[in-house]
Amino acid sequence: MSDMQETNVVENESVKAEEVKEVLPLDPDALLEVRNLKKYFPVETDFFGRTTKYLKAVDDVSFKIKEGSTLGIVGESGCGKTTLGRTILRLHPATSGEIYFDGKDINTLNTKEMNALRPSMQIIFQDPYSSLSPRMPIGEIIGEAVLEHNLVPKTELKAYVLDIMKKCGLPYHYYDRYPHEFSGGQRQRICIATALALQPKFVVCDEPVSALDVSIQAQIINLLRDLQKEMGLTYIFISHDLSVVEHISDYVGVMYLGSMVEYGSTDDIFNNPMHPYTEALFSAVPVPDPNVKMNRIILIGDIPSPINAPTGCKFHTRCERCMEICKSVAPKFKDYGNGHKVACHLYPQED
Amino acid sequence: MFFKKKNSTGTEKEKSHYLSAKETREIAKQNARTIRELERRKKRIASEDEYTTQMRDENNIVEFDNLHTYFFGDAGVVKAVNGVSFDIPKGATIGVVGESGCGKSVTSLSLMQLVQGPRGQIVDGSIRFNMGDKAYDIAKMPLSEMRKIRGEQIAMIFQEPMTSLNPVFKIGYQMDEMVLLHTPNCTKEQAKDRSIEMLKLVGIAAPERVYDCYPHELSGGMRQRVMIAIALSCNPRLIIADEPTTALDVTIQAQILDLLRDIKTKIDGSIMLITHDLGVIAEMADYVVVMYAGRVIERGTTKEIFENPMHPYTIGLQKSKPVVRRKVDRLYNIPGQVPNPIDMPNYCYFRDRCDRCIGKCKEGYPGFIQVSPTHSVSCYLYENAEEESNV
Repeated sequence: MSDMQETNVVENESVKAEEVKEVLPLDPDALLEVRNLKKYFPVETDFFGRTTKYLKAVDDVSFKIKEGSTLGIVGESGCGKTTLGRTILRLHPATSGEIYFDGKDINTLNTKEMNALRPSMQIIFQDPYSSLSPRMPIGEIIGEAVLEHNLVPKTELKAYVLDIMKKCGLPYHYYDRYPHEFSGGQRQRICIATALALQPKFVVCDEPVSALDVSIQAQIINLLRDLQKEMGLTYIFISHDLSVVEHISDYVGVMYLGSMVEYGSTDDIFNNPMHPYTEALFSAVPVPDPNVKMNRIILIGDIPSPINAPTGCKFHTRCERCMEICKSVAPKFKDYGNGHKVACHLYPQED
Repeated sequence: MFFKKKNSTGTEKEKSHYLSAKETREIAKQNARTIRELERRKKRIASEDEYTTQMRDENNIVEFDNLHTYFFGDAGVVKAVNGVSFDIPKGATIGVVGESGCGKSVTSLSLMQLVQGPRGQIVDGSIRFNMGDKAYDIAKMPLSEMRKIRGEQIAMIFQEPMTSLNPVFKIGYQMDEMVLLHTPNCTKEQAKDRSIEMLKLVGIAAPERVYDCYPHELSGGMRQRVMIAIALSCNPRLIIADEPTTALDVTIQAQILDLLRDIKTKIDGSIMLITHDLGVIAEMADYVVVMYAGRVIERGTTKEIFENPMHPYTIGLQKSKPVVRRKVDRLYNIPGQVPNPIDMPNYCYFRDRCDRCIGKCKEGYPGFIQVSPTHSVSCYLYENAEEESNV
């Protein structure tokens, strides 16, 4: 209930803000544009039920995605990657900020309009074991949402589902089987089929291969790429595995404690990481080659609690190149050419 | 040998996945008989001579020799470890890689005699453990004697630190327990000193504070450090690290791997590192053992395995993992899946997924072919290579 109220308030506020503020023109190429997105979870309330402390899971994140491309989001656990993915789909109501999908701010849509939009935005979850109903056969799982949204007439449903299953590499005789009869890789294929059955334009892949074995990972990654080419999908690919993200993404965003610290094309980010956190993160990845000697930057300590995030730059407590200014002033998220954006005081902050 | 052979024609095989009640009862009855015998053997009182053996090579700390560990399920016998042989040299780090379900963990659990009984049993083979002046065969040791080795000589670090620490006891209590159990005439104060010393050794900044913490107050990386400290507290000669970093973030993983490497030089022991991450293996291990469906398919030094992988599975595994800063257009994928562990074929287990299989591949399981003094592979493709090198 409180969540609902919160959304309404937020919606009204953002509507007002739009009226007052000059709205920047939308990029016509971008399928999705996120501006200053924030998602705070209340964690502590006082005697009167007023929230006194927030967990800032996503704090002021902005980016855009071109149609047909893939944005990879990387970061440590607890940095807000998953919350970002879910907030974009409005599975969590956003605290503030705008999410433009196909030119519409989805935060301002009502339930009916949102439901009409839902089929075009889908999500694939991390754990294929808990995201399938154990009591429904595969065909029914895949067809359920299709029927709900009336995408195809009832008489053609089975043929439609079988077609989707074929695309995702599932043989037709799986139609009547139950999820427990399948291995992890097959289940993940079923999850992908369930998402794609609604003919989405945009899919959030929330660690789709983390729970799978290496050889099965490759199968699923190849499948996702093939489907992208075939159906012109746009992906947000959330993962903590940098090598997978590098392989699949066109653009990469690096997150730390709820904020995006670096954003750019995959080549820029991997060949020329600018933020000290990105550098440390990349140097920590083990390379399967015994001859490669790593110049490893080992970060000391753990990621701080997002409830009491450090002041200034959030990374300053673990940063090797921390300066005085980092402790008090938060750096701006600035473009340093070619769309490569970084939030760090090591680089000039003035325009 | 312990279960009924099933029909092997294609369509029948599909059906044989579903067992009738009668068949299940039959299997259960057979299993009960075998298990009873094996359990009796484990719980007997044995004299030391019965399980004392000779090491093949005095420089090895552990020698696995044709180890078989089976799980007796109601649907049939799962041969989780099916004839595994390899050595762990003194002072070396040996990496065991393979997909989940290939028997890497069961191999290490057999070494500790921690396989979940009564369903899981070491059926055949031997595990020779070098005690310094004598050698014991762990596969034949009764459970009561095993306590001398477990924890004191061989320590284990598990994958998920939260499930291996007891949430209702303080870290200090859990650490002292280990020291008190294995050190005769040890006072509580001495145990505490030892625990704090160990916490310092694994790089915990405030050991006294952590000593009084409960596990939930620590982060994942800290918990794993505590687990390593507990493992080290009795100066073990061998540490088994079963996926020690899989549950951790990359940056924390780098910290823990660094720590493990440091510690190995400090205590002068051996590490058996089990993981599915080839990157971790390349960085940490001296020797690599590749396992597939309960068998070792390739073993050699890290350099040999990574520079000259020979078994099609090892090659496929390396090609299917994307590597940072090494662009490939499309990932190689090994088609198909691991065969059903209850109904293993009588030819090479990898044949159905292999893209290089030859006619000979269906004639029984291939034996080991020695390619170099340290490198051997179980694949028919290299039979000629051996003959050539012998000439």
